[in-house]
Amino acid sequence: MLGYIVKRLISLAISLIVASVVIFVVVEIAPGDPASFMLGINAQPDTVAALRTELGLDQSKFDRYLSWVGGMLTGDFGTSYTYRTPVAQMIVDRMWVSLPLALFALTLSTLIAFPAGIFAAARRGGPGDLAVTGATQLGVAIPNFWFAMMLVLIFAIQLRWFSAGGFPGWEKGFWGGMKALTLPAIALALPQAAILTRVMRSSLLDILGEDFMRTARAKGLSARQALWRHGLRNALIPVLTIIGLQFAFLLAGAIIIEQVFFLPGLGRLIFQAITQRDLIVVESVVMLLVFAVIMVNFLVDLAYAAVDPRLRTRV
Amino acid sequence: MSRNLILGGLLTSVFVVAALLSFVWTPDSVEAMNITNRLKPPSANNLLGTDHFGRDILSMLMVGARTSIAVALVAVGIGMGLGVPLGLAAAARRGGMLDEVIMRMNDLIFAFPSLVIAILITAVFGPSATNAIIAIGIFNIPVFARITRGAALSLWKREFIMAAQVSGKTRTRISVEHILPNVANLLIVQGTIQFSLGILAEAGLSYVGLGAQPPIPSWGRMLADAQTMVSLAPHVALIPGLTIVAMVLGLNLLGDGLRDALDPRLKVVRA
Repeated sequence: MLGYIVKRLISLAISLIVASVVIFVVVEIAPGDPASFMLGINAQPDTVAALRTELGLDQSKFDRYLSWVGGMLTGDFGTSYTYRTPVAQMIVDRMWVSLPLALFALTLSTLIAFPAGIFAAARRGGPGDLAVTGATQLGVAIPNFWFAMMLVLIFAIQLRWFSAGGFPGWEKGFWGGMKALTLPAIALALPQAAILTRVMRSSLLDILGEDFMRTARAKGLSARQALWRHGLRNALIPVLTIIGLQFAFLLAGAIIIEQVFFLPGLGRLIFQAITQRDLIVVESVVMLLVFAVIMVNFLVDLAYAAVDPRLRTRV
Repeated sequence: MSRNLILGGLLTSVFVVAALLSFVWTPDSVEAMNITNRLKPPSANNLLGTDHFGRDILSMLMVGARTSIAVALVAVGIGMGLGVPLGLAAAARRGGMLDEVIMRMNDLIFAFPSLVIAILITAVFGPSATNAIIAIGIFNIPVFARITRGAALSLWKREFIMAAQVSGKTRTRISVEHILPNVANLLIVQGTIQFSLGILAEAGLSYVGLGAQPPIPSWGRMLADAQTMVSLAPHVALIPGLTIVAMVLGLNLLGDGLRDALDPRLKVVRA
């Protein structure tokens, strides 16, 4: 197990380094100089030069990469070109919206997928199974941002149960915040629930064909008892992997949903930064999201290997 | 022929035919604005109603289908064109340096949240249909590389490949002449799935303004424009959305149907 962890740690470090280089290079070759953009077209050349020095843009690309990565390792994400505030602070503020939203959506998708997947697998080939599989076909075909618009149309505009967008802030009360996140979380959770239901169903069906399930039936358990006592526990491993992966993608997928509901999360931050050419913010937010995905993958792999020793040899 | 195959094939052909037809004929012009006729619900004049500029929604959807299909199709082309040779090369020398490098690169691309990178690419190089294609295409490469490698690896153990090796053919020639034709079914099915994911991705990118730019109509931007009008005229949001759902559903059914018809054991990836 220790050898496996070391190997995985090395490949984790390589992934993070390559990712940071790729992000840095892509942003580097972006046309347009942030300093001239900030000062406008009428700026004096010496003012632009002064600002370039202040922002550290006059250093060599290699030095700037090192100071960017070094800064991030110590929690210093640099200073926003536009707002002149620490990027780390901006990210933390926005995380208070994006993170709860992703967790909320993940909870919903799990709560939908577990019963639906079990229900379908237990009735394989029957009308209940067909209904669930049909619903998942539809679920993966619906763009979540359009689903979000339909939710707004029905529950905010027609029924007036929720507001159509915006976020009151957690300081105005927990339930107010949760209420503002409810429609976005549902919109975000829907396609994920469809995918998760499929995984749950097919994983259970795989397990139902195993010898130990036949043994469970042979010792006198009913089909239902065997499913709940032995099937479910064994089917959960692949399902948990997908849940781990989905969390990272929900965090990233929230970008578009935040646009629909005007939520002040990481997604809004990234789009604002893009239009204002605030490249240091773009760079840092993207790196953070990639870091989150790579870390979750890593932790899922470790958890997997801890549960199933056969996987440790496969790096 | 299964029900999936027929239904999926029909749905998909409707959109392809509509897109092709739009090159020569649309019910109305997509550029002519007619403000007095704006946000009209479906009627005999405008079968699917009009948008906030009074343009005919059916015509917009037909031309928009062109954008969606072109972006998703070229993105699948990029994925296959680069991913399949990489996968074949990796499998030809299993465990070799090339295999290692290709598979590590694959893992790395998989680790990036595709939407975030698509946004980064289109933001940096400017929003356009071309950049949307590149952004979506990049993420198709590891998918095709991985499934090609997986399928090719099991083929390399088969007798007919060994026979080809004994007859003195090079690994490259075997990959092209014997492995490739035998993974073609898998590639077709996976291609259909990636096509449908590409349609969804294009819609998402153009919804946030990072896809095809005005005046080229695109489904995603029709929805973005509809957002502020949704309370006045729900059909401007409802109809383009249902169009996307129908197209993606059609492609997914087609993919499932093709898999069942060609070989139900094909190992496709659904991300």
